[in-house]
Amino acid sequence: MPEGYLPIFIYLICAILFPIVLLGLAKLVRPSLPGQVKSEAYECGIQAASNARGRYTVRFYIIAILFVIFDVETIFLYPWAVRHQKLGWFGVAEVTVFLLILIVGYIWAYRKGALEWV
Amino acid sequence: MPDSFIPTSAELLRILPEIILVLAATLIMVLAPLVKGREQNALGYVSLYGLVAALAAALSGYFDPGPAFHQLILVDGFATYFRVLVIFAGILTTLASYQYLRREDADSGEYYALLLFSVSGQSLMAASNDLIMIFIGLEISSLASYVMAGFLRNRAQAIEAALKYFLLGSFATAFLLYGVAWIYGITGSTYLLTIRSVFERGAQTPGILLAGAAAALIFVGFAFKVAAWPFQSWAPDVYQGAPVPVAAFLSAGPKAAAFAVFVRVFVTALGPIGGRWEPLFWLSALATMLIGNFAALVQTNIKRLLAYSSIAHAGYVLVAMTAHSEIGTAAVMFYMAAYVLMNVGAFAVVAHVCGRQERFVELEDFAGLGERQPVSAALLTVFLLSLIGVPLTAGFFGKFYIFRAALQADLVWLTVLGLLASAVAAYYYLRIIVIMYMHQPAESAAELPPLRGALGAAVWISAAGTLVLGIFPSLILNFAGNSALLAR
Repeated sequence: MPEGYLPIFIYLICAILFPIVLLGLAKLVRPSLPGQVKSEAYECGIQAASNARGRYTVRFYIIAILFVIFDVETIFLYPWAVRHQKLGWFGVAEVTVFLLILIVGYIWAYRKGALEWV
Repeated sequence: MPDSFIPTSAELLRILPEIILVLAATLIMVLAPLVKGREQNALGYVSLYGLVAALAAALSGYFDPGPAFHQLILVDGFATYFRVLVIFAGILTTLASYQYLRREDADSGEYYALLLFSVSGQSLMAASNDLIMIFIGLEISSLASYVMAGFLRNRAQAIEAALKYFLLGSFATAFLLYGVAWIYGITGSTYLLTIRSVFERGAQTPGILLAGAAAALIFVGFAFKVAAWPFQSWAPDVYQGAPVPVAAFLSAGPKAAAFAVFVRVFVTALGPIGGRWEPLFWLSALATMLIGNFAALVQTNIKRLLAYSSIAHAGYVLVAMTAHSEIGTAAVMFYMAAYVLMNVGAFAVVAHVCGRQERFVELEDFAGLGERQPVSAALLTVFLLSLIGVPLTAGFFGKFYIFRAALQADLVWLTVLGLLASAVAAYYYLRIIVIMYMHQPAESAAELPPLRGALGAAVWISAAGTLVLGIFPSLILNFAGNSALLAR
């Protein structure tokens, strides 16, 4: 059984109770007068025009996916860049293979018209 | 950085099948946008040649067995066997898809590229010797097959199938990964042989009490992939919604590969704690057989019926895994070969009969097939008899070896109940044969073209394989028996 966790446990209990007690007290004390005006954006901010869960064109999705793919590609290049000196030509070859596969994917997406905004 | 980090040519040769498959798939991806519309069907040849080359590479890998990439990969008889099997399933699927895609006006290179990527993942699974490598192979295989299930994306059923497969599949994979994390926490390794050596210390292993829970979590991941109870419910919906050749592929390739890693993980790595997971397998095997066979009795859709039948067959294989002996492993290997042949064959015949937009997939649509299409009906009869387990077919010896292995492991009750369940199975398979030969075809029965071309080749190869394995089982049984002794 790990030692020294009792203070953390007490802290956890306090952290859970604190908002519950405060919000509960506030609920008991405050007057409740809901109204249309109170639900609207206050001073700054613009009026909501439509539902936030509306449908939008699938092209955003394709662009987002492509962005993620090439974003992750860059992340994978970092470890190689850091160890470039030690990995030498073997590292270059490996990265070339990695990039080639991605470039083929890029060409494919391009030829399929995924990057065109009609 | 040690010099050994750079792979030697021998190591690269050991993953040559995967390299060939990925290269062929990439080539298809490059060619696909260059070829217009229906001519993309020609890319099926690239897929076929790639698969045949990979098959040759997998076979030649057997003559130079050994580990690669810091033991992450292990090429041995077992790996070679399952690699050849999944690549063969890929070849049969390619052959069965060609005419189907043309008929649906869905000729496309991407289909074949996804197929090759999926097969490369399965081939990697078969050869992996490390839990992380297994996970990577599983994901490569699954991600491609999720897309394949929804390939005909104008069909609502296909979308539903793909979405169900994807959501449930990724959920199950998370369980698998959590189980891997537990195993790593207990043993400090993801390498199967190290895990084994830690568990061999038995009760002295710290955290041994958690090993059963870790095994159960890993079981969840694999049981989903092979559609075993209690994770079988996706299979009927997915097989029914997916295009027929894809359903054939899903019931063959991913399942064979999943059983390969199932055996490797549980017999090699978790073998020493067999007592802890054996009851789980016992229960799952029994429930899978019962649910698969009894649910199949009431199906009227042939794809759904074959889906339940494939659940039941996963149950039989689990019986052999419950035995977790060398004979059991050999029985799993033999059964998977028989199962791939007969199941893909049956689905290929359905792909022939179903017609455009799969209008004829109800059992009654097979009425009078014996007169209308004597050859197709006869070949489907061969597959169905093999699925029942009638002597002179591969299915008979498959079941025979499985239940023999179970008896040798003193699983008497499981054997008795399994045999009773497989007697139930005879009813619904025979019902199809009765409908084909004794019912009159409906007025609206389809005009079918003769069975030939690539689809015909797929059906004939499967039928020939089913019969050859049924008459000369020793052809591959000896190999399976020799390879069943896994690395310890």
